[in-house]
Amino acid sequence: MTAQEQAIAGDADVVRVRQLVRTVAVAARLSLVDQTKLVTAASELARNTLIHGGGGSASVEQVTSAVKPGVRVVFRDKGPGIADIALALTDGYTSGSGMGLGLGGAKRLVDQFDIVSDPAEGTTITVVKWAR
Amino acid sequence: MAAEIFGNVVERCRAEEESLLGRWREIVAESLRGRMTGAELDKELRDLLDALLSALATGGGTDLNAEPYAEVRALLVELSRNRAHQGFSPRETAVGVYALKRAIRDTVGAEAGFAALSDVIDELGLLTFEIYTKAREEVITNQAEQLLELATPVVKLWHGVVALPLVGTLDSARAQVVMEKLLQTLVDTGSEHAIIDITGVSAVDTQVAQHLLKTIVAARLMGADCIISGIRPQIAQTIVALGIEFGDIATKATLADALMLAISRSGVDFGTEMAKRGL
Ligand SMILES: Nc1ncnc2c1ncn2[C@@H]1O[C@H](COP(=O)(O)OP(=O)(O)OP(=O)(O)O)[C@@H](O)[C@H]1O
Ligand SMILES: [Mg+2]
Repeated sequence: MTAQEQAIAGDADVVRVRQLVRTVAVAARLSLVDQTKLVTAASELARNTLIHGGGGSASVEQVTSAVKPGVRVVFRDKGPGIADIALALTDGYTSGSGMGLGLGGAKRLVDQFDIVSDPAEGTTITVVKWAR
Repeated sequence: MAAEIFGNVVERCRAEEESLLGRWREIVAESLRGRMTGAELDKELRDLLDALLSALATGGGTDLNAEPYAEVRALLVELSRNRAHQGFSPRETAVGVYALKRAIRDTVGAEAGFAALSDVIDELGLLTFEIYTKAREEVITNQAEQLLELATPVVKLWHGVVALPLVGTLDSARAQVVMEKLLQTLVDTGSEHAIIDITGVSAVDTQVAQHLLKTIVAARLMGADCIISGIRPQIAQTIVALGIEFGDIATKATLADALMLAISRSGVDFGTEMAKRGL
């Protein structure tokens, strides 16, 4: 299945990412609870892409494992990167004025979570949520 | 020299100014069909024609960005904005400007210089179109802001209890409106209890939570107590996974439960109160 791209350049785009993720999650037959978890995680990561990464994109795709369908979302930015990933994942850590719960919370809300970050390249975060 | 391309059409327009203006007004009035008063229209067109002829006479040429056209541009901005706000279509607005060509042809005649003048008027019409579009966007943005207001009703549920049902997404702009609205209503109604109902919110992330918490802190500073209601199961689970803590803020599953709590907190015996109201 082909991935759908959404640029993230402003607040309205964060809402668009949420809507796109919701649509694909419904199509992949995720339960209401799992839809809400994935949409919330996507909302956090999209806002981080916007605020900390200086903008970027989200790519949303329905995927299939051996037995079940799922949704994969990839967030990309060419921002400053995350110097200390473990620290960034710590609850309560924020370099700005947030609650510092977004990144760690997003990780807990999905089934697979992967960060690749480099000051020269920016940050790419991939998450997957499987249908139960 | 720039003035040459216009021949003596500018001078002749000046000489015939009154009848030219009369004809122009006639054509425009027809298309506006009484949606503007005659005096208003007369003033608008008179000023515009005067400014245009002056600009042409002082060597304005065909470039509307040139200095002599400053006054013309300013008047066009005003005219286009007015039309946009009055709800005229962009076509009707531009047609009013183009009508000047016909008015000149009918009164002064289409002689030497008319072609060049006609080009200038075409440019003016396009400029009108552009300004109109921008003004229209402003009108729409304003309406969106008003809708934002309307979409956040604060309702008085009981004596001393107000409720704020939130619907849709709570972005920063809206959160600000919501908070102000709630605080103002608390003051206006002298209420000491506020129920924020999030049944209509599809997802609560850290940003929404932060806005909610700020609103509740502000309400507390004003001496009001807040209860959050309508936390659906899937929302409760995401709030827990995110690690958001509502601290000592009371939360209830439904608006009705929250109302009961607020009423009991204000020390009213619910049964007596219902009986008093014949319920
Ligand atoms: N895409 C990114 N690029 C660079 N830094 C990032 C990125 N995403 C997160 N970070 C860093 O990780 C920190 C923690 O992120 P997290 O989302 O947990 O908290 P926050 O965004 O500061 O606040 P909130 O709780 O409102 O999300 C951020 O403050 C920021 O320094
Ligand atoms: Mg964040």
